[in-house]
Amino acid sequence: MTLLAVAGLTKRFGGIVANRDISFEVRPGELVGVIGPNGAGKSTLFDLITGVTRPDDGRVTLDGRDITALRPDQISRLGVARTFQKLRPFHQMTALENVMIGALQSTADVGAARRAAEEALASVGLAERAHAHARALSTGQRKRLELARALATRPRLLLLDEVTGGVDQGAIPGLIRLVRDLHARGPALVVIEHNMQVIMELAQRIVALQLGEVIADGQPAEILRHPRVIDAYLGESWRPA
Amino acid sequence: MAAAGPLRPFLARAVPLLLLGAVAAFPLVFTKPFPRHLMIMIFLYGALATAWNILAGYCGQISLGHAVFFGIGAYTSTLLIREAALSPWLGMLAGAAIAVVGSQLIGYPVFRLRGHYFAIATIAVGEIIQALVINWDWAGGARGLFVPIKRPDSFVNFQFHESKAVYYFIALGLLLLALGVTRWIEGSRRGYFFRAIREDQEAAASLGVHVAREKHWAIAVSAALTALGGTFYAQYVFFIDPESVFPLSLSILICLVAVLGGVGTLWGPLVGAAVLVPLSEGTRVWLGGGGKALDLLIYGALIVLIAVFQPGGLVGLAGRFRRT
Repeated sequence: MTLLAVAGLTKRFGGIVANRDISFEVRPGELVGVIGPNGAGKSTLFDLITGVTRPDDGRVTLDGRDITALRPDQISRLGVARTFQKLRPFHQMTALENVMIGALQSTADVGAARRAAEEALASVGLAERAHAHARALSTGQRKRLELARALATRPRLLLLDEVTGGVDQGAIPGLIRLVRDLHARGPALVVIEHNMQVIMELAQRIVALQLGEVIADGQPAEILRHPRVIDAYLGESWRPA
Repeated sequence: MAAAGPLRPFLARAVPLLLLGAVAAFPLVFTKPFPRHLMIMIFLYGALATAWNILAGYCGQISLGHAVFFGIGAYTSTLLIREAALSPWLGMLAGAAIAVVGSQLIGYPVFRLRGHYFAIATIAVGEIIQALVINWDWAGGARGLFVPIKRPDSFVNFQFHESKAVYYFIALGLLLLALGVTRWIEGSRRGYFFRAIREDQEAAASLGVHVAREKHWAIAVSAALTALGGTFYAQYVFFIDPESVFPLSLSILICLVAVLGGVGTLWGPLVGAAVLVPLSEGTRVWLGGGGKALDLLIYGALIVLIAVFQPGGLVGLAGRFRRT
């Protein structure tokens, strides 16, 4: 059983190959980590899966259906939600209204969307900030807001781009717990993450990228021992003695 | 403020009703043409700016070509009188329908552009349409069209020479329609989608908002309401030409009215019209023909002041006082 299948994805920007022949699969309910140094093509991969950019080659299928040529909003309605590495809240709208946009995907009833949004905000611990404008929230709160917004679309697959990036150390355990909670609600998660401790705690499987290519795909413990991952990303100190 | 507690819901209901009563009684009290004309212009520009606000204020697509839809409304009803002796009321609906079709055709190319580029493209579209009409002899060309005068006054003919009071209530009706449509959109799913697109269209799309479709809806509603105003203008002035109903200056004025009052708010465009129209009509009356440039000077100064000190518009001022 496969929820998401990425097959032979290639994306060039001019002379730069951002993604080269990337293939991997995500099963329903799985939690997959994506790691790799800056410029490895992680965010480009998310953009290709969600239809923000079109690949030069390769296919993305969801439940066996080819979604490669679909628009971002169509892919979202098929149950794929995402967060952005560079946060993109609707600044002039309240936190509640931000989340309602996601909830309104599945209902035209504004009242019902408001209740669903309140629930989603509560589930990320932002209930008391519901009526604050998004621009007034801290970075950590905005991260939670993006999670709530994505969650409100009731995704089957949730792509998280650096949930712990740019937040202070103290906030990280809370965010990890939150990602676990979200996962427990059923959707499959693909998580881009730089913090190795975080990814080792969360991921059931890890896909490692380097210079746009998949260099390893396996259990977290295997990935830690993988010579190419150590060379490209982890560094000598991670090499088992 | 304790006393204001129970008073506030009462006031919130009473004040609009009182205002509406005052507006309804106005033409009974003021029987001279000028004050009525002034109010008619406030209603008309209020309606046009409110219509513009749906596309630009809520959906964030700053159009500087709305005179196109105004002109389509004016020309459609006037040409239908000439060609088919059709009542301007039906011509008004036809004008709105053609404006909707036109808006969709314009939307396909220009909605691909963002921000300033979108605004510039709408200016270009407006200029092209005006140039086309100037060279379209069948539609009167640069000489324009007269609405044939018919007496006595009749509702079917949309002509009222005896008194401006009927125009007053028709213009008020257009304004209330524009405000009502805005209010309805504001509270609906579509209104939320519009605002999300204004804030960040990629993020909106990632949440399932069909960005192109919503923009096309916004411009369709906005264009239809603007075209109604165009027909009203033709039946009020009885003469239209490309210079009076298709000019860039009209597109800009509609934008200025809304910006002054407050974009993206229900009442902002009307507040802007209530301030700018008396200024413009007043300078014209009190200073004669030489006043034409002066009102623009004052507009310019006002816009600079608003942009620097109160980007939310005059409506934003009320919020500022409420908070303190």
